[in-house]
Amino acid sequence: MSVPSSPSNSSTAPRSVSRVASAREAGRVILEAAGIRRATRRMAHEILERNPAPESIALVAIVRGGVPVADMLAQALSEIAGRDVPQGALDVTLYRDDVIGHGMRPIPHKTRMPFSVTGKRVVLVEDVVFTGRTVRAAMDAVIDFGRPEAIQVATLVDRGHRELPIRVDFVGKNIPTSRAEKVVLRQAPSGEYEVVVV
Amino acid sequence: MKHLLGIEGMQPEEIVTVLDTADAMLEISQREIKRVPTLRGRTVINVFLEPSTRTRVSFEIAAKRLSADAVNVSAAGSSLAKAETLADMVQNLAAMNADVLIVRDRTAGVPRMLAERVHVPVINAGDGQHEHPTQALLDAFTVRQSLGSLEGRVVAIIGDIAHSRVARSDIYAFTKLGAEVRVAAPATMMPPGIELLGVKPCESMAEALAGADVIVMLRIQQERLDGPLFPGVREYARTFGLTQEKLTLASPDAIVLHPGPLNRGVEIATEVADAEPSRILDQVTNGVAVRMAVLYLVTGAE
Repeated sequence: MSVPSSPSNSSTAPRSVSRVASAREAGRVILEAAGIRRATRRMAHEILERNPAPESIALVAIVRGGVPVADMLAQALSEIAGRDVPQGALDVTLYRDDVIGHGMRPIPHKTRMPFSVTGKRVVLVEDVVFTGRTVRAAMDAVIDFGRPEAIQVATLVDRGHRELPIRVDFVGKNIPTSRAEKVVLRQAPSGEYEVVVV
Repeated sequence: MKHLLGIEGMQPEEIVTVLDTADAMLEISQREIKRVPTLRGRTVINVFLEPSTRTRVSFEIAAKRLSADAVNVSAAGSSLAKAETLADMVQNLAAMNADVLIVRDRTAGVPRMLAERVHVPVINAGDGQHEHPTQALLDAFTVRQSLGSLEGRVVAIIGDIAHSRVARSDIYAFTKLGAEVRVAAPATMMPPGIELLGVKPCESMAEALAGADVIVMLRIQQERLDGPLFPGVREYARTFGLTQEKLTLASPDAIVLHPGPLNRGVEIATEVADAEPSRILDQVTNGVAVRMAVLYLVTGAE
């Protein structure tokens, strides 16, 4: 018996699952903490423009990379709209097409959905959107929890290279990359978040 | 993980992988729609050649919550009644492109024998007096859920150690995860050489319970109740049954486990089984999550 391999080691894995990098790899910083703050604040404004009834909005972070981004968006939304929005965290491992179809066995993380998504305008939150496969899995997972009024996608970074007809609604920064590069949101030693290309 | 035949052959990190996976599976059973698509199109066959409600239903629910198709085979009404050998029957089931075989049998070693004959993952759901690995995994999961970790915890396993596959699997699992395990049983139910498994045999139940963090009460099997191994039910309840009074010997935060089915008033008093320290129904809930984790892991591509 062998311990299943980690998803991040596979070239076929959706690239934005489990992406809060902990190892200190050399990398080019393409979005530093101040830029991330500005980007999330602007995205929060755009989310409120698109969804004028703030009580209908729910943020659902895609575990794990989307979680810190959702926290920042939630704080910005609360400051701008003057009310807290419900927040969930969705692990999409059990919905991934390489898990269902091809037997990869990454260890899933916990999902937390402390509200009903039915009737909500669910904003899925990612750190990096790449092939679109993770977003596809997340949409299926959300719909298993109920019937949202709408599903939208917010991502700190869109790096292109879609393999599915998935578009994002709110983008922090579009970054042209090569397919071979890795783009990760990580915590610098100061505790601040930064986006790096490795 | 290719098969799950016993805890004895597992590395501690493999056990932790199952428990971590089960952590995520637990939430699925709390949803309104209790199903994820992970094992869509897979076929899981439950071959239960010994009576069981809890384990068989638990495996069936676990398979269905992962979207697998689950089929049940029992001894009565199967071709075993026509004297087909078990190996032949299982090879036929595998030839129907089953993806997982879950096997319970009264004879130790049957799941391993079958695993050597079919190219399908085999899960041992209890074989004779040998092992019951998913019970041990759900026990370890329940302890971790209640106490955070097994490292350095004192576990007392009380009852028919000699004939219990749960005791054997629990001993392997708890010791591999760093717990100190004590066992107590009537002399006729204490296997010689048990200390070779790294556990401490105790003279009395009181000695085993002193300061224990976890108490595992084993079921006294009905067929042994009037046999020669002990003088009687009341005598057993007095010396090796868990009562409210004996519970006070353990740690104040101790939890009580029992693999079921309960013999109320024999190995466990009703007021203990139904009170706060009991995790008996949590074990059943957790059992589904642990079996989902095992099904998920054994169906992975190598």
